[in-house]
Amino acid sequence: MLRIDALNAIYPLLKDRIVVTNMGAAAVELYSLGHRKSFFYMEHAMGLASSVGLGLALCLPKQRIVVVDGDGSVLMNLGTLSTLARYRPPNLVHLIFDNESLLSVGGFPTATSTGTDLEAVAKGAGIERTATVREVEELEGVFSEAMAGEELSAIVAKVDAVGPASFAMDVGLLENRFEFARHIKELQGAEV
Amino acid sequence: MPVSVENSKVLYSALKASGVRLVSALPETWLVHLIQMAEDDPEMTLVRLNKEEEGVGVSCGAHFAGVKSAMLMQNHGFLASVNGIVSLAQLYRIPLLMLISYRGEMGERDPWQTEGGLATEPLLKSLGIPYRKLADPARVARDLAHAQTLAESSLRPVALLLTRDLMWEE
Repeated sequence: MLRIDALNAIYPLLKDRIVVTNMGAAAVELYSLGHRKSFFYMEHAMGLASSVGLGLALCLPKQRIVVVDGDGSVLMNLGTLSTLARYRPPNLVHLIFDNESLLSVGGFPTATSTGTDLEAVAKGAGIERTATVREVEELEGVFSEAMAGEELSAIVAKVDAVGPASFAMDVGLLENRFEFARHIKELQGAEV
Repeated sequence: MPVSVENSKVLYSALKASGVRLVSALPETWLVHLIQMAEDDPEMTLVRLNKEEEGVGVSCGAHFAGVKSAMLMQNHGFLASVNGIVSLAQLYRIPLLMLISYRGEMGERDPWQTEGGLATEPLLKSLGIPYRKLADPARVARDLAHAQTLAESSLRPVALLLTRDLMWEE
């Protein structure tokens, strides 16, 4: 499975949601499918996309939050899985693309290439709803169920170590950040 | 335990008065009462962390949601959070109110706290993070309100160092 195909398949479910991505290929590929004001591409601070998602999910209980993460980032902040499990926000879906590689910096193999099973880690951390998927159709099913459910879920999507041709994005870091914050403010205004 | 309950109350009241409604924390001796007060307060969301750096992300998410937050941590937790502070809070202009217990300063008996004590203020200075040392309970409410105001207006991290004089009763 290619990550871009996976993202393309679930894009209809993402486009009207609050989405936080980790840095690198996943951000670029989601952006290439069509930027939305509700997408925040966290272009650094590896490992913290899920922590940002937790803060959003706890403070915006009426909104569904999606974190698009990667194996390298999750491995850098493994404790986040047990923090998520501790608070188990029912409105958070943690989607982890696992290409077993630090692709964005040259393709160095991560520990998932030598046996670390992130779904098992998530389950062991206390996240009850977990899955590992290897095909696009399988991801579509599992992801749409998670989005419709009322339970924290962690989905590990095994993908090929193939990234975009270019990492260029025509949206500034701060532009993205302020647009995203304003969008949430507008959503909250609409809630009232 | 001679951690000051009175001054912990003063700090907690100041946090509430400045509008903070979410705190992330990792337990440390000097912070036990503060964390318990957050836990017991139905108006406060307490996020117990595994590593302090997670709190930078949680505060970032809270800020995007319009919720004022604070991080409660020891200075060694501050040391452990530096990449998150630089690459998320500073890079993305996220207000971050950090209440840092200042271990390893004058009067410290635990040898393992002493190196972190030496590194704390030089590191805050090198990161360009404005900070104030809190020692006098009579100044806590004003200093905390001012720190919160500066964090929100500058969209940057601001630190308050909780000193032995404030937190410990011998």
